[in-house]
Amino acid sequence: MIFSAPLEEKFARMLAQYPPGRQRSAVVPMLIYAQDEVGSITKELIEEVARRCGVTPLQVDEVVGYYSMLHRKPIGKYHVQVCTNISCQLVGGEELYEHAKRKLGIGHREVTRDGRFSLEEVECIGACSWAPAVEINYDFHHQVTAEKLDQLLDNLPDSDHQGAANK
Amino acid sequence: MTMLYNEPSPLETRVVSKRFGLPNSASLDTFLATGGFEAFHKAREMKPEQIIEEVKVSALRGRGGAGFPTGLKWSFVPRNSPKPKYIIVNADESEPGTCKDRLLMEYDPHQLIEGILIAALAVDSHAGYIYIRGEYRYLIELMDRAIAEAYAKGYLGKNIAGTGWDFDLYTHSGAGAYECGEETALLDSIEGKRGIPRMKPPFPAVAGAWGCPTLLNNVETFSAVPAIIRDGGKAFADLGTPKNGGTRLVCISGHVNKPGVYELPLGYPMMKAINEVAGGIPHGRKLKAVVPGGSSCPLLRAEECDIAMDYDTLAKAGSMLGSGGMVVMDETTDMVRVALRIMRFYAHESCGWCIPCREGTAWLRKILSRMVEGNGRREDVALLGELSKNMLGRTFCALGDAAAMPTMSIVEKFAEDFEKYLVPEAVLV
Repeated sequence: MIFSAPLEEKFARMLAQYPPGRQRSAVVPMLIYAQDEVGSITKELIEEVARRCGVTPLQVDEVVGYYSMLHRKPIGKYHVQVCTNISCQLVGGEELYEHAKRKLGIGHREVTRDGRFSLEEVECIGACSWAPAVEINYDFHHQVTAEKLDQLLDNLPDSDHQGAANK
Repeated sequence: MTMLYNEPSPLETRVVSKRFGLPNSASLDTFLATGGFEAFHKAREMKPEQIIEEVKVSALRGRGGAGFPTGLKWSFVPRNSPKPKYIIVNADESEPGTCKDRLLMEYDPHQLIEGILIAALAVDSHAGYIYIRGEYRYLIELMDRAIAEAYAKGYLGKNIAGTGWDFDLYTHSGAGAYECGEETALLDSIEGKRGIPRMKPPFPAVAGAWGCPTLLNNVETFSAVPAIIRDGGKAFADLGTPKNGGTRLVCISGHVNKPGVYELPLGYPMMKAINEVAGGIPHGRKLKAVVPGGSSCPLLRAEECDIAMDYDTLAKAGSMLGSGGMVVMDETTDMVRVALRIMRFYAHESCGWCIPCREGTAWLRKILSRMVEGNGRREDVALLGELSKNMLGRTFCALGDAAAMPTMSIVEKFAEDFEKYLVPEAVLV
């Protein structure tokens, strides 16, 4: 597999930043950055990361199963992550998540039929003092109300270059 | 002015957050114009043991949650080991209620870099890694830019600031795992594995990343170091209470009028933080409970909140100062639903390595769900307490305790909240 030029450059730097012989350390960051470009963690991607980091595909596979941001199935172009952990729960996070489910017509870790949106009820994303919080791809949105979420989702650009995921 | 997430309070003591809100506060120019790297140059003139002594005098304690004395931790790193020594920054901030390291990286990344460099001088390290949670991608990019700027101007890399001393610094992305905030799980993660906690000893200071001596601290801990070296450990210690030096970023969330991150001296009165710094509870409601420092801490009932916020005082009260994530709950809060939400989190995040944690969190979640769904049995309340008690101290890392402790405190202190879930008629209302 070959990635985009900027990603190839990033991976070259990444492999060089760990001590000699410790290139396995690049497995997790390489997976997450590659996922952004490929769309999901595919079998080919696992084999490619294993080859580049000098480990077996099984060693990469077991890592994929552990980290919640790594997805084996494609997620939406816009991955909507609603936090319902305590700080968000106290100020309407659960209601906001229910609203998002109704609005998008999908549930936890599901994707809309057109592939535009996926939804995830996430654990604390570190926005507690500005709750309730939503992260769309890698963009944080604070003090989100149902109306604000509608606006946000309705106004996301169609261009393929806006989303950080599936770029 | 840089946009801040919340208005600062005049009641704050701004030491590590002093640059928050300055124009281009994340730039090296702003940093240098406001005393940046003065502490580093001072540290260059000091012997390593003097640096560590100054940190000990400051009574700085780990800001990630455990509160271990920082200077002591630094002294455990075998400086003369023939192996390379590594600095690792824990920026995996994910303790529910905590959102401060974000600001330290966003508004003052060079202060963090300076703190890392001083630590590196103290333990003779030449390479460091900032482990940033994957959800904070924008901060990884921001730190990468700050690091590139520091390299370009000679504050990282070879012959730093003409001193003949080398240090390389890198970021490392996580990919979603609360457990990786535990230092030994973080080390496994940075080695490219599942984040499973390690048996201790050996402690990371002796055998950490790639089997080498490793100094691992939280973002806020490193960020406090420049002020300690610049103004002296004693000046920092004097801001707080005995054995609880300095200030810390308190993240106030939940039912308050002005939620936000505020820098307060250790020992600050909790009720003053709620009522004055954070503007009190909305709608004239009464306080019911407080999570003092992240969801792992036993909760306090309102009448227990007339307390000084330092590590030792909260420990004496049976709770913890933790990570600085203070969650305020008013009288309308349903503590059973809070307990369930907390347990859903720990059950999701348990890495599954230790059976008491893996099974315990899953069973506690199931029992609490059953209650909230209206099928609670009277004996369930005691069962929650019993199961939690059986998890305590029986796991490799603190996640099992972190799940058990808040649950036990809710069962003990808010028994009345469970009543309505035990009487089917009341649930139907």
